[in-house]
Amino acid sequence: MDDVAIIGVGLHPFGRFPGTSAIEMGAKAARSALADAGITWKDVQFAFAGSYEVDNPDAVVNYLGLTGLPFTDVYNGCATAASALSQAANTIRLGEYDIGMAMGMDKHLPGAFAADPVQYGVPSWYGETGLFLTPKFFAMKIQRYMYDFDITPPTLARVAAKNYRNGARNPNAFRRQELSEEAILQSPMVNDPLTQYMFCSPNEGAAAVVLCRAEIAHRFTAAPIYLKASVVRTRRLGAFEVHSPWVPPERADSPTVDASRAAYEIAGLGPEDVDVVQLQDTDAGAEVIHMAENGFCKDGEQEALLSAGGTEIGGSLPINTDGGLISNGEPIGASGLRQIHELVLQLRRASGDRQVPGTPRVGYSQLYGAPGTAGVAIVST
Amino acid sequence: MKPQRCVAQGLFEWPSDEPTVSGSRCDSCSFVTFPAQDACPRCGAVATTPIQLARTGTLWTWTRQRFQPKNPPYIGTEPASEFQPYGVGFIELPEGRIEARIAGDIDQELRIGMPMELTVVPFATDADGTEVLTYAFRPIES
Repeated sequence: MDDVAIIGVGLHPFGRFPGTSAIEMGAKAARSALADAGITWKDVQFAFAGSYEVDNPDAVVNYLGLTGLPFTDVYNGCATAASALSQAANTIRLGEYDIGMAMGMDKHLPGAFAADPVQYGVPSWYGETGLFLTPKFFAMKIQRYMYDFDITPPTLARVAAKNYRNGARNPNAFRRQELSEEAILQSPMVNDPLTQYMFCSPNEGAAAVVLCRAEIAHRFTAAPIYLKASVVRTRRLGAFEVHSPWVPPERADSPTVDASRAAYEIAGLGPEDVDVVQLQDTDAGAEVIHMAENGFCKDGEQEALLSAGGTEIGGSLPINTDGGLISNGEPIGASGLRQIHELVLQLRRASGDRQVPGTPRVGYSQLYGAPGTAGVAIVST
Repeated sequence: MKPQRCVAQGLFEWPSDEPTVSGSRCDSCSFVTFPAQDACPRCGAVATTPIQLARTGTLWTWTRQRFQPKNPPYIGTEPASEFQPYGVGFIELPEGRIEARIAGDIDQELRIGMPMELTVVPFATDADGTEVLTYAFRPIES
């Protein structure tokens, strides 16, 4: 039985906005979600907000209204938004409140993330010697995957070109210029085999979602979208993970695989039921790997699926219809709620130029990032 | 010769003609970790014994770090124009897979499965001129 519904989604565009704070962007996204749900901030009984750069994203109440609501801040790496969403949904399931909001906001400096490795449970020398970097982890993961499953560089370029093409149709996206596969392959090599235009960039933006108890959703909308599952998992011993200088001989699936299996089971759905997909494309290789880790194809099938255009908006398995992270960039706290925003628009058939054809019923989103944390959400009409 | 120091005490044994990297083995379940730590990530025991890891293995995956990491946490202080890209890989040892810089020319051919051996390389210079050393793996000449 459906217990939680999404009745409003809102977004502050992703990009770079000098002079606008993360909190101001969060307020704008929240107002947009409230307007979409047809409610006011006073109707929101509780909230969760995620951010990496802002210690207290709940300060958004300074702009939205000091109503005294219970408001909890969360941070969980690249799965921050998934954690905000899961906590908000669970709060409704507990029965204490009927209507709540999950939001995320961030404002990162350009360039790869830099942090203190000690805060991630690895020693200082790991950062001092130039190993504490996420891009080179993703490069090494896809390098091995390409070797194991015969994936070629043109396939990586196809992923990136598709995401730029989709982003060009998305007015909220950061990079809205189409790029050819050739231009992507010939852009400067950053971490072999990944070139500059195969990577997403940390940037700025905010997103918000209004959730309510499913039984009352029809008070607000004739077409609620139900949150069928929202799951967060962390790495198990033996998984090959970011910010980890050691992998034991024993092997384990990635936290994405664990989160995905749990989400399908909770939702009572399988990959064959999914009509539109948002995957963590930190880089083009990550999208390729995540296609298999989330059950949408077998390892190695990506090469043929992509060359046939299968993951395009009109394909059998549309992936990252709003341009994904490659085109939108990654404000960590907001990224996962941007995915939910896009899935809700797609299921409402309100995505304009980038609408997937037919009547999509089930949407799927996945986040993955440091230090080995994954989130998966499944929504349906 | 310039004065030299290891980037972290206890990370590897040096000076030595055959340097080795230090890890630890769980006293309860024998699980090996690198770097050495006092608690076991498999069974949670808090008693471990220091060990030295094998100094040869095979390349499991690799990339090249072509942009200068941000300082901090990186301690290289060279201007961006003088940054020297370096290889990075995971080397499969009998005890597990270890992440390391790859020593040698940036354009040298790297292949998954190629034999590798441990070495020690300078990678940065302190303000007083002291060279900072870290462990790395290099392809074994065939």
